[in-house]
Amino acid sequence: MTPVLFWAVKAALFLLAVAMLCALWRLLRGPAAQDRVMALDCLYINGMLTMLVLGISYASSVYFEAAMLIALFGFVASTALAKFLLRGEVIE
Amino acid sequence: MTGPLPWWAEWLTAICIVSGAAFAAIGSFGLVRLRDFFSRIHAPTLGATAGVWSISLGTVIYFSVQGFHLFLHAMLIALFVALTAPVTTIFLARAALFRERLKGGPVPPTAQMDDATPRAAPAPAPLQDR
Repeated sequence: MTPVLFWAVKAALFLLAVAMLCALWRLLRGPAAQDRVMALDCLYINGMLTMLVLGISYASSVYFEAAMLIALFGFVASTALAKFLLRGEVIE
Repeated sequence: MTGPLPWWAEWLTAICIVSGAAFAAIGSFGLVRLRDFFSRIHAPTLGATAGVWSISLGTVIYFSVQGFHLFLHAMLIALFVALTAPVTTIFLARAALFRERLKGGPVPPTAQMDDATPRAAPAPAPLQDR
């Protein structure tokens, strides 16, 4: 890996770590429950992007499947939590 | 690890990754910076659209040039997130609106209807709103 891609991956991972810390701060601090759910959704998407960047970093496409799974479960979790906030039950 | 990539592929991948991560960072920083929930819910969509699209474009470029064939699977993630992120956001915004109205907290103003019949009893009616 040449220096260009090496430092690009390092910078991208740093920026994504900053993004995840911002989302984590809102997750811990958020005044209402909906703030926490929104922060969790943001955290899921940032983690998925981190997986994609790590796949480029290690030049293996295994990380792609992990990113796909995180995207899938993130959607299900956020929808279920929003449904819970709306109705008080997930499946009625 | 296979052989080195041509320089243009490396630069394209680097630009895509760094700009996507910067979009995600700006979007998440909006979560910290913005004032109330209904303005904060706009911020992470920057990471969910521009961030996801450019990082998966970088992945597609990198693995296509490295493996000598078109690697379009990463676009599947971008397509999936583009389909599901609006669903989650709208659902969560409805839930937050419902909870704030129930609590009597501040909600953003509703759009004015142009038809002749005005909405009767604006305060209790939204409680049946789903």
